[in-house]
Amino acid sequence: MAKPILEVKDLNVFYGGIHALKGVSFEANEGEVVSLIGANGAGKTTTLRAVSGIVPYKGSVTFRGENLANCPPHVIVTRGMAHSPEGRGVFPNLTVMENLELGAYIRKDKDGIQKDLDHCYELFPRVKERLAQKAGTLSGGEQQMLAMCRALLSRPKLLLLDEPSLGLAPLIIAQIFEIVKKVNSEGTTVLLVEQNARMALKVSHRAYVVETGKITLSGSGQDLLDDKRVIDSYLGGP
Amino acid sequence: MSDFTNELVQHIINGVSLGSIYALIALGYTMVYGILQLINFAHSEVYMVGAFTAFYTARYMGLADKPGFLTLITLIVAAMVVCSIIGVSIERFAYRPLRRAPKLNILITAIGVSLLLQYSGQIIFGADPKVFPNVLDDQTLATLGTAELRLFDVTILGVAVFFMAVLTYMINYTKTGKAMRAVSTNWTVASLMGINVNRIISMTFIIGSSLAGVAAVLIGMKYPKIDPLMGMIIGMKAFVAAVVGGIGSLGGAVLGGLLIGFAEEMVKGYISSTYADAFTFAMLILVLIFRPAGLLGKPSQEKV
Repeated sequence: MAKPILEVKDLNVFYGGIHALKGVSFEANEGEVVSLIGANGAGKTTTLRAVSGIVPYKGSVTFRGENLANCPPHVIVTRGMAHSPEGRGVFPNLTVMENLELGAYIRKDKDGIQKDLDHCYELFPRVKERLAQKAGTLSGGEQQMLAMCRALLSRPKLLLLDEPSLGLAPLIIAQIFEIVKKVNSEGTTVLLVEQNARMALKVSHRAYVVETGKITLSGSGQDLLDDKRVIDSYLGGP
Repeated sequence: MSDFTNELVQHIINGVSLGSIYALIALGYTMVYGILQLINFAHSEVYMVGAFTAFYTARYMGLADKPGFLTLITLIVAAMVVCSIIGVSIERFAYRPLRRAPKLNILITAIGVSLLLQYSGQIIFGADPKVFPNVLDDQTLATLGTAELRLFDVTILGVAVFFMAVLTYMINYTKTGKAMRAVSTNWTVASLMGINVNRIISMTFIIGSSLAGVAAVLIGMKYPKIDPLMGMIIGMKAFVAAVVGGIGSLGGAVLGGLLIGFAEEMVKGYISSTYADAFTFAMLILVLIFRPAGLLGKPSQEKV
């Protein structure tokens, strides 16, 4: 039986009077790629934001056996969770190198950081070519790669990826998902939020469908790919 | 040299010296704005407290009649320490509780804190002006025709440049500096990097406030009359300097400070000292009309 690295139970989030998440529960086991798929505004991003401590919530988030209630985001990072946010969130006025250095902000082991940087350059050769450039001058795909690279530099056990495919060309999307698989095969658990359901389900061990703040379906990636409801709603027909 | 050039050179020297003090204060406004998008109106009162700190330090340490660089440095350090404490406390107790409140609430709070400090100052220090101790014996270092390069002006410029250089290094090359720039761009994402945003905000207040402390001692040295309302006008001008240069931009604050100091001296010299302040604000209006983001400020653009 696989060990859950992240357990989310009965997560509720309110934005003012709006009940955005209505009791979301799911888990991610060590070594898995788990996806949350669903339409715009379903609550996927909110779920990630609650898990990494950016938005206040009711319910419980347990990460590596520790309850994260009231834990601020900068502390959660030190517990081994990295969140590559929606819209990539690179710092446009900082150079690519500075963005990467901030990814390793919590670490002090210079040699280790250098080793991980070198590994990142292998995964994302494009990032290496752009180190001295301001991050805002990168293309969308390059920014996404930088954001993932930066998140990995904190050496997370769990990587939260929010819409890595958003606004990117199909070729780049394919590359990004290749890298997600690779990162996962190297031992990082990945929690992926995607509107591009087909891509997400292909790389996922398990997935959950989020609809209007609730989880309505769950199963293995392959099961959901074959599920009629998923096909009709998210995969654009057979 | 002709009288005209003599006078011009003198005005330039005075302008640069005054301008570098404005620049130091403007840096505090611009740094806090960069991170909180808040105009910290209480900043000018932090500067006032700096001047009084130096005044009382000199009195109780017996430095009031011992002019020299050691005295200058002691007073600067004392002012920096007390200003930092005041600045951080203002942030901790007045602004932080309102972190998620609408910006307008915090702005009004800033004005409130400013008034609170002005009037507390009048109660604690007395409303009457005090004579700032003699920090340094002024002397003429060089003459160009009748224009004089005086020790005060050189010291002011030297001290200001020193602190600006330290600041530039900090912001660009240290981990904290990078974290500050990250927080000023997007503090949610910054917190996801493991940056303790509150700590960085405190750091910003410490740095900005201590620069105001430095400026207070320099001003006290050159214009040795201090009172609890002294922050109002100079704070307003430094704020104008920050806006003219492009609020949020450090280089802009320095440029704006120098420009305002310079323009003020020129107006005083060639038009009328009565209009110096009016000119400063006229300049603000012009910049806001023709270059609303300030001279070095860029309208921010992000890729989506």
